[in-house]
Order: sequence, then C-alpha cells, then structure tokens
Amino acid sequence: MKTVDNTRRRVVQTGGALAAFAAAGLLPTDALAAWNQAAFEGKNIPDTLKALNLDNPTPSGDLQIVASDIAENGAVVPIQIVSRIPNTTRIALMVEKNPNMLAAVFDVPEGMLPDVATRIRMQQTSNIVAVAVAGGKVHTVTREIKVTLGGCGG
Amino acid sequence: MTSPMRIRANVRDGVVDVRVLMAHEMETGQRVENGRPVPAWFINEVVATHNGKTVMTAQWGPAVSKNPYLQFRFRGGAAGEKIAIKWTDNRGESRTDEATIA
Repeated sequence: MKTVDNTRRRVVQTGGALAAFAAAGLLPTDALAAWNQAAFEGKNIPDTLKALNLDNPTPSGDLQIVASDIAENGAVVPIQIVSRIPNTTRIALMVEKNPNMLAAVFDVPEGMLPDVATRIRMQQTSNIVAVAVAGGKVHTVTREIKVTLGGCGG
Repeated sequence: MTSPMRIRANVRDGVVDVRVLMAHEMETGQRVENGRPVPAWFINEVVATHNGKTVMTAQWGPAVSKNPYLQFRFRGGAAGEKIAIKWTDNRGESRTDEATIA
C-alpha cells in the first residue's frame, strides 16, 4: 500500500514540476530534457540564473573552479568544476563577459560525482561563475581568468 | 556526416573516469565570413549512459570550444562494461559512440 502511495506521490510531484516548466514556456513538446534556450540566451547573470530557476546563490568555499589564472588562447580555456557539497544535483558554468553568459549546465544523476571538466571559449578577460544546486540550495563561486587572445570573434 | 568520438573510460576504486573528445565545429553564430554571419551550429545536449542508466547529462551553449572535450566521473561501473555517449546538435543531428571501461 505504501509503495503505491509513494509512486502516486512521485507522479504528482513530477507532474507539478512539469506543469511549472510548461507555464514558464520552457517545455518544448518533443523533449523532456529540453535545452533551455532562454538560459543560453541570457545576456546577464541574473537573467540567466532566473531562466535556470536558480534563486539566491550564496558563495561557497566547497565549490571550486579549477583552471589556470591566465588563458593564452580564449578559444580553448580548460575549466574544471568540483563541488564538495553533498547531494549536488546540478552544475552551471557562466562567463560574465561572453555575449551569452551560460556556457554549460551539467545534471548530476545519482552515482555521478559532481566533478566535470571541459574547454570553453572566452571573448576576453572575465569572471567565471560556477553555480551548484544541492538539496534545494544554490551555491556559487567566482574566479577571474585573464585571456591573452580572445576566442569568440572571427 | 559526423566523425566518431574518442572515448576513454578507466575505472579505479569503483569510480569510472570518462574522457570524451567530440568532433564538432561548434560554430558560435557570432562569426562573419565574407560579410555574412555564419549561423550557430553546436552540440547542445550530451547524455552518457551505462547499463541503461543515465550517468551524466549536459546542456551546452556555443561557448564550448570547437571539438569539445568533456571529462566526468561516476560510481558503479566495472572494467569490461560499456559506456555510451550521445550528443545532439542544434540542427537535430546526433551521434552515439560506445567505449569499454578499462
């Protein structure tokens, strides 16, 4: 009996979350794990965070951006984000002075470690902002990376 | 036409370290060639699965570098098992490649 109730509860919750997404216009009809266009088109950090549904980020020392302080080539800047916050479920990476802030969002399913690395483009010297969601709370860390040669123009 | 990904997956102490190199232009949409803007063309979704279970998903924008590199780690994999990576780009094209965990 209990399992049935649990299942129902989960369905109700999931449905509610989807309804909220649909209301916000974020849910295309064909995909559940939808690419968040509004977030990727954000031109400033607050708008991007809002589109990602991330409120009140608080600075955290348990979230770390691993990168070198100076990037010689802005077209290829290696960035690693490591979260030591338990139950991290989502990690976002933003570049403050890029035409669009958001570079990447990673969902961290059960079993995955909140530790990802990639290479990104940076138009110019800028702050990198990493955001992690853990247990409903939003954590953030900022770090400046100097760029010698920009990587966005042609 | 898409080119295969290069995937390395190594397990150590129950944690699988996955490194992927994808072949993709990752055109930003900011670039102008011969006076005309080059439309954006980039991988916007990456999904990794192991034994039918999703172990990583990513949404990307055009700020990810050309020929994207991705590294992530997950628990619960063993040597000899397969890991599959699938990317989809903003034109709807996709590609899946597999590697054996070593």
